[in-house]
Amino acid sequence: MGTPKPEELIQKIDLTPQWPGWMDTPTEIKPGNFCWGAKAKDLDGIGFPNPREWNPGEEDWKLPENWKEIVIEGLRERLEKYRTLKVFMDICVRCGACADKCHFFLGSGDPKNMPVLRAELLRSIYRREFTTAGKILGKFAGARELTMDVFKEMWYYFFQCTECRRCSVFCPFGIDTAEITIIGRELLNLLGCNIAWITGPVNNCYHKGNHLGLEPHAIMSSLEYMIDDIEEYTGVKVEPTFNRKGAEILFITPSGDLFADPGTFTCMGYLLMFHELGLDYTWSTYASEGGNFGFFTTNEMAKRLNYKMYAEAKRLGVKWIIGGECGHMWRVLNQYMDTWNGPADFLEVPVSPITGTRFDNAKQLKMIHAVEFTADLIKNNKLKLDPSRNDHLTVTYHDSCNTARGMGFMDEPRYVINSVCNNFFDMPENTIREQTFCCGSGSGLNASENMDLRMKGGLPRANAVKYVNEKHGVNLLANICAIDRAALTSSMDYWVPGVAVAGVHELVANAMVFKGQGKRTVDLRGEDIPGMEEEEEAEEAAESIAVQEPQEEAAGAAGEEGSE
Amino acid sequence: MGLGFSLVAVLTLVLIALGGVGGANLQYLFGVIIPYAAIATFIVGFTLKVLGWAKVPVPFRIPTTSGQMKSFPWINHDKFDNPDTTGQVVGRMLLEVLLFRSLFRNTKTELRDGPRLAYGSDKWLWLAGLAFHWSFLVIVLRHLRFFFADVPVLVQAIEGLDGFLQVGAPLLYITDVVIISAVTYLFIRRVIIPQVRYISLPADYFPLFLILGIAITGVLMRYFIRIHVVGIKELAMGLVTLKPVVPEGIGVLFYIHMFIVSTLRMYFPFSKLMHMGGVFLSPTRNLANNNRRQRHENPWNYDVKVHTYEAYEDEFREKMKESGLPVEKE
Ligand code: SF4
Ligand code: SF4
Repeated sequence: MGTPKPEELIQKIDLTPQWPGWMDTPTEIKPGNFCWGAKAKDLDGIGFPNPREWNPGEEDWKLPENWKEIVIEGLRERLEKYRTLKVFMDICVRCGACADKCHFFLGSGDPKNMPVLRAELLRSIYRREFTTAGKILGKFAGARELTMDVFKEMWYYFFQCTECRRCSVFCPFGIDTAEITIIGRELLNLLGCNIAWITGPVNNCYHKGNHLGLEPHAIMSSLEYMIDDIEEYTGVKVEPTFNRKGAEILFITPSGDLFADPGTFTCMGYLLMFHELGLDYTWSTYASEGGNFGFFTTNEMAKRLNYKMYAEAKRLGVKWIIGGECGHMWRVLNQYMDTWNGPADFLEVPVSPITGTRFDNAKQLKMIHAVEFTADLIKNNKLKLDPSRNDHLTVTYHDSCNTARGMGFMDEPRYVINSVCNNFFDMPENTIREQTFCCGSGSGLNASENMDLRMKGGLPRANAVKYVNEKHGVNLLANICAIDRAALTSSMDYWVPGVAVAGVHELVANAMVFKGQGKRTVDLRGEDIPGMEEEEEAEEAAESIAVQEPQEEAAGAAGEEGSE
Repeated sequence: MGLGFSLVAVLTLVLIALGGVGGANLQYLFGVIIPYAAIATFIVGFTLKVLGWAKVPVPFRIPTTSGQMKSFPWINHDKFDNPDTTGQVVGRMLLEVLLFRSLFRNTKTELRDGPRLAYGSDKWLWLAGLAFHWSFLVIVLRHLRFFFADVPVLVQAIEGLDGFLQVGAPLLYITDVVIISAVTYLFIRRVIIPQVRYISLPADYFPLFLILGIAITGVLMRYFIRIHVVGIKELAMGLVTLKPVVPEGIGVLFYIHMFIVSTLRMYFPFSKLMHMGGVFLSPTRNLANNNRRQRHENPWNYDVKVHTYEAYEDEFREKMKESGLPVEKE
C-alpha cells in the first residue's frame, strides 16, 4: 500500500466539492483511510454486541438481520437521553461556518469531512425516522433511508473525526460535531462496528489496567529501564513506589508514556521532578491508565474504565490524585469523571505539599493536572531551574484539542515552558489555543493502516509548525498529550522533518538543577546538550544569566566567523 | 434542485393569495382565519418544541471552552469564553445571542502553493447575519403600531431611530434597506460559495425566499403602491381584540404579504428556524466549565459492570508477589 509522498498527497486536495450532491455520491471505503474492524475476542472481552471476525473492506459486515431496527431504536433512546443530540439534530442552519474548520476536510478535500455534512449523515436518518416533514417529503426535506450503504458511510466518516471540537468553537449555536460522532459511534457499537485499534486497548485496559496491556511486572520493568537511564544521564537515583498504601498522592498518567519514545522521556521527567521534591506519591498497576479509549466506544464503557481511578485512590487511602500529560484523558476527567463515578468524598481537596497552594478549582474532582502542579511550583520558586540548558531548542507549543476546548488549559503549559526554555514562539493565532488544530490522529485513530488519513488530517497542524520552523527556526514541538507525542512525531517526520516532539515535563527535567548535582552534559534522551560540554564551571555559570551573556556573544562571534 | 423548488414554492404562495383574494374574494379566509391559524400554530408549535428539548436531560456538563479557564489567581481568566459561574454563562449567552460571538471568529481557509494553508478573517457572514437578525427584530417591533390604538412611545422611538436619515416621503426606514441587502447577501453566498452550496437543502432556500417575499411586499406597500393603511390598522386591531373585521378596499398586496407572513409562522416550529429557541438550550454554550469544582448530576446515571481490584489481584497475584508488589490477600 504505502502512504503517498507529501507532494502527491497535497496535489490531490481540492477544497471545492464536486457535484452531484452528497446524497447521490456513494461512499467508497478506501484503503489507507480506514482502520481494521474490532476483533471478536476484544468485543467479547468487554461484553460488546456482535463479536465476530470481519473486515470493513469487504462487502459483508456480518450484521444481525434486524440491524436497522437496532440502529433506529438506539437513536431513539439517545434522543431521549442527550439534549445535545436532540437540539443539534434540529437547529443546524447549514451556514457553513464550520465547513472549512475541520483538519480532515482541509487535508483531504472530501466534502463529507465538513463537520456539517458529517452531522448531516446522521441528521438525514433522524429526519426520515423522527420528523413528519422528513417522512412525507423525503429528500426534499433532507431525509434519507437508512440502508447498508448509508450505515457504512456513517462508519467510515465517524472514524474520520477525531472528536476535536474545533467546529464547535465556530458554530453560532455551539453545535458540536464531536458529540454527534461520539453518539454516532455508540450506534455503530450496537452492532459491534468499532475499530480494532480502539477495542483492543479498551479490552486491555479493562482487564489489565492499561491500554497497552502491560501486566504489573511489565509496568515495573518499563519503569526500571527509565530509572537506569535517569541514573546514567543525571546521576540521580529515583525510587518510585507502586501500589503503596498510605501515600499522600496517587499519580496516574497515560500508559503510552511507559512504552515508547518520546513519551518515556516525559515520564522520566515526572520521575525526576517528583523525586527531587521528595513527593510522597505512588504509582498504581491497577489504575495504570490515564487515557480512556472507552470514551471512543460508548459512554458506559468509558465510565467502566474510569471507575478504577477513584476505586484505587480509595483502596490505597491517598489524599488526592495527580494526572499526567494527556489530552482526551483530561477532557474525560474535567467533564465526565465526577458525574460518572463521583463524588469522591473519601479524598481531600488537593493541597500542594511543597507550596501549600490549595487547588480550590479542583475541590470536587480532587484531581489536578501535573502541569498545573508544576506551574504552581515554579511560580513559588520551588524548582531550581536553568533554562539555558534548553538553549539549543527553539520551542513551540501544540494545544491538545481536548485540554484546549474541553477544559481551557492554555496558559499554564505556556507559563511552564517559558520558565524552562529561553526560546519560545507560538504558532499563528488561528492554529493555537481554542482554535488549535488536531494532530490528526486523536480519538483512537492513531493506527498504522490509516496512515494516509492521519497525514491528511495532520496537515493543518504541521503546516503551522512549518511556518514557525521557517520563520523562527523552531525545532521542538512541545505538547501535553500522549497521543500527540506519538502522532506528531510521525506527522513531523512526514511534513516538517527536523522538528522533534516532546512532553512539557521532559523540558522541565532537562532544565532542572538537582541538589548536589555534578556536571550534567546530556539530556534525558542521552544526547549531548550543545554548549554544555564546553562549559568550564558548569554549576556556577549555569545559574547566572550574567555569565550567560558573554557566552552568547561568543557564540554569535563564532557564527560570524563561520559565515565568512 | 433545492433552489428552484423553494423559489417555485414561494411564488406559488403569492399566486394563491392573489387568486384567493383578487379572484375568489376570500378576504375573510386570508385576513382572519389563516392569520389566526398561523399564530396559533406558531405559539403552540414553538412552545412544544422548546418543551420537548427541555424535557431531555443534560447528562454531562460539556461546554466547548473557547478561552483560558479559571485557574490560578495569577493567570488571566477568559470569563466569557470559558465561564466559571452562572453570571459568566449569562454573559457568554448574551454575547452569543446579541452579538453572534462565535460567528465573529469566522475565518476563511485557503490552500495556497507551498503548500500553505492561509487563514483570512471572514466577517461577512457575521455582519450579514447580525444585520439581518437585528433589522428583522426592529421591523417586527415597528409593526406593533398596528396593534395599539395609541402607538406606544417605545415603538415611536424605534421608528424615529430607524428613520433618522430623514429622506423620502414616506420616510425611508434603514432596516428595510438593510434586511433586503442582508438576505440577498445570505442567498448569494449560499449559491456562490461552493461548500455552502453543496450543503444547502431546499429547507435552506425556502425561508430565505419567504423572508425576501415578505420584505419586498412590505417595501412595496410602504413606498410604492398606495394601500389603505387605516383599513389595515382596523383589521389588525380586530384581530388582537378577538373581534375580527374585514374592512373594504385594503388591496390584494396586503393579503399577499399577510399570507407569506402566516406561512413563515406556520413553518417556523417545524424548521431550522427553531435555532431561535435552540441557541438558548445548547449545552456546549449555556453551561459553566466548573466541573472540577462543582458536582454535576446525571439524572440517568446507572451502575455499570466494572473490573474490581480484587478481580485484578486474583488474576495477577503471583506475578505481583514475584515483583515485590504488595497484595491484599496472600
Ligand atoms: S456552523 Fe453550526 S449551524 Fe452552521 S453549518 Fe456548521 S453546525 Fe450548522
Ligand atoms: S470534531 Fe474535529 S474532526 Fe470532528 S468534525 Fe469537528 S473539526 Fe472535524
